Amino acid sequence: MSATTDRGMAERGMGFGLRALNRLAGSDLLDRIRMRKQVERALFQSTKQGFRSATAASRSFKAASKLGRPARQPRAKSSGLFDVTPDDEQAMLQEAVGAFAAEQVRPVALKADADRETSKELLDHASELGVTILGVPEDLGGVMPERSAVTSVLVSEALAHGDMGIAYAILAPGAVATAISLWGDADQEATYLPAFTGEDVPAAALAMLEPRPLFDPLKLDTKARKDGDDWVLDGVKSLVPRAKDCELFVVAAEAEDVGPALFILESSTSGLSVEDEPAMGLRAATTGRLLLEGARVPGTAIMCEGDRDAYNECIQRARIAWCALAVGTSQAVLDYVIPYVNERTAFGEPISNRQAVAFAVSDIGIETGGMRLATYRAASRADRGDDFAREAAIARKLCADKGMRIGSDGVQLLGGHGFIKEHPVERWYRDLRAAGVMEGALLV
Amino acid sequence: MINLETPKKFGPLVSQAHQVATEVFRPISRKYDVAEHEYPKELDMLASLIDGMNEGSDIGGAGAAGVRRDDKDQNGENRNGSNLSTVLGIIELCWGDVGLLLSMPRQGLGNSAIASVATEEQLEQYGGKWAAMAITEPEAGSDSASIRTTAELDGDEYVLNGEKIYVTSGERADLVVVWASLDRSKGRAAIKSFIVERSNPGMKLDRLEHKLGIRASDTAAFILEDCRVPKEALLGSPEVDVKAGFGGAMQTFDNTRPLVAGMAIGVARASLDETRMRLTEAGVELDYNTPALSQSAAAARFLEMEADYEAARLLTLQAAWMADNGKPNSLQASMAKAKAGRMCVDVSLGCVEICGSLGYGENDLLEKWARDAKILDIFEGTQQIQLLVVARQLLGKSSADLK
Repeated sequence: MSATTDRGMAERGMGFGLRALNRLAGSDLLDRIRMRKQVERALFQSTKQGFRSATAASRSFKAASKLGRPARQPRAKSSGLFDVTPDDEQAMLQEAVGAFAAEQVRPVALKADADRETSKELLDHASELGVTILGVPEDLGGVMPERSAVTSVLVSEALAHGDMGIAYAILAPGAVATAISLWGDADQEATYLPAFTGEDVPAAALAMLEPRPLFDPLKLDTKARKDGDDWVLDGVKSLVPRAKDCELFVVAAEAEDVGPALFILESSTSGLSVEDEPAMGLRAATTGRLLLEGARVPGTAIMCEGDRDAYNECIQRARIAWCALAVGTSQAVLDYVIPYVNERTAFGEPISNRQAVAFAVSDIGIETGGMRLATYRAASRADRGDDFAREAAIARKLCADKGMRIGSDGVQLLGGHGFIKEHPVERWYRDLRAAGVMEGALLV
Repeated sequence: MINLETPKKFGPLVSQAHQVATEVFRPISRKYDVAEHEYPKELDMLASLIDGMNEGSDIGGAGAAGVRRDDKDQNGENRNGSNLSTVLGIIELCWGDVGLLLSMPRQGLGNSAIASVATEEQLEQYGGKWAAMAITEPEAGSDSASIRTTAELDGDEYVLNGEKIYVTSGERADLVVVWASLDRSKGRAAIKSFIVERSNPGMKLDRLEHKLGIRASDTAAFILEDCRVPKEALLGSPEVDVKAGFGGAMQTFDNTRPLVAGMAIGVARASLDETRMRLTEAGVELDYNTPALSQSAAAARFLEMEADYEAARLLTLQAAWMADNGKPNSLQASMAKAKAGRMCVDVSLGCVEICGSLGYGENDLLEKWARDAKILDIFEGTQQIQLLVVARQLLGKSSADLK
């Protein structure tokens, strides 16, 4: 069967109307002629085309006042002593964000998940707390005097205790601000950072993940080829937060003769479009795909001239950020199941009197503790300028494996109740799978 | 400020301990695994050296010298003290050989108990001696509250009667700290520990066990028959305070669980280091930036084990650090012990599997570490007991509710 016929079937399929579509689906004719798969795929593709839309119109990003050289947050000085206590400033921020998560995030999490949307008010409120500019140097309007991966981790963890999907939506612009602060040149910083430190923080996303099995951020399918002075990008990015609202993207692409690199793209760039990509979890972040089809940007759009260390650091910082979310959500599971198993009775006593139940709770506590410390360690090494590839990989492995197990056990401990949306554990189950899937998208 | 690296000031200690592990322990590791029950005489000189280290510095030495909770007011200042340094030392030494560490003269669990709860007078009298610990009985393992050994006050002496098993260094030590009940009708509150001289004629060595691992360490069984000790040999308060319960006797464990967790960390790292080397020789690359699933199965497995190792290690250091800073750490100590114990078994067995016959054979030490590992998930509270302790604390349950 030729491709032309395939498309023809699909086009007709779109016009069938529901009843006709249903009849086609129910017909064993398709199975007999062995073309069910092809028809289904063609229908899926053309339906997708139907929902494809242009990217949001971007504001005009113009360099206001330019510094001679890029501003950077200085390294944090360490006393050299082992310490698990956040400093006073971090503790205050942690408490403020924790209160916000408990009072404003958790109560709306169910609705945000169902609506696949985080409200504008909530996003605005969160950016008032400064959570999206933790990585911006003070000279450029930032709030943190020193490198602050640990602070970002603490804040992300606290937010995710409220809800991972909403945390993703809230923190996503911060990833772009942090990327530009860490690896942008003076022009890029001057052009883009003021928008993030102002009142109306733009939706923005760091787009690295691609839709294919065994995605490897070092082997990107998205390509950037040189054309004169410009770069031209082609590819598809997956699970981009609030893709349709984004005004600015930092996109990872395999740059011709350079290797994997980060590019800054304004949403008004021609050749960009987005399509909806709902997923198992993280639904409050309205995830979508970013499609790049001959997206042309000036030569200055590449960051760090494609420096490999910077790109690797981006991978690592993103992994730490996802770990922080997984830690926060795992802690939420623990805090939720404890009162539940203590109050729920079966066979005449609380189910927590049984070792099978109690030990599952112990394991959630133990593994959450391990995940948290591994994440903190990776972040603190990043702040001090030490190599942290290994620590980030280890934290990711823990959060992917143990975090998912915790998500699963959270549902299991509630039994049938865990499976219905009256309780948040089913959502945490869906969200925690993201910790092992996501690459890029957030940064500490 | 959050920093989870090994503190710089303990660098020399860690490197000294590593030297000992490499130069003293490793070369005789197989020898005393094979020659079970033979006294590792090489350790005598080393023990004197370590005694010197303990006296001469405030960094606490390298062995299980005892860990006192530091409850002094520190004005909120962060402290890295002897709990942390001891754990770090133990990790290095057990990277060398855990059986030999357990055989170190004057570094027994009994020393830990004495150092942790003894009065100044007792410290004076018994300091500098090698003390083993006798808790377990044939009918009481994890359930140490149900021990049957009794202690009866008779004039100025206590008279001890009962049977003790699994006494590490029981044959070689100078002292044995024996757990016994003052009044079996009063349950755990009546359980006290007594310092018994090894030469006491009332305490007879019954046998030495043959074991799966830690074969360099002697494991003794004793019979106590009208064993008389002076009244002053009782550690802690002689009062039977039913309300205070088991706290006094169990206090030692809050401090020593992180140390045993440290042993597990050391053994696991030995296995991981060796396996990493073997994999590299075999041409298996491990890249931390590449997702685990896009690497070879061996590399992915290795990363998984390394991750578990790191989680256990950090939980252990955290528990020790809390003790240094006077923070209640019973929960974290049990979490660390539970995680480290199971991690150590999984990792060391996984390493044997990865290395195949090299791992399984006696030419190398991987198989030995995998045998040694198992005890670390058993003694000082089994995996299951640690999970009970953790669960009771997390859930706010008593031992009557959650059995």
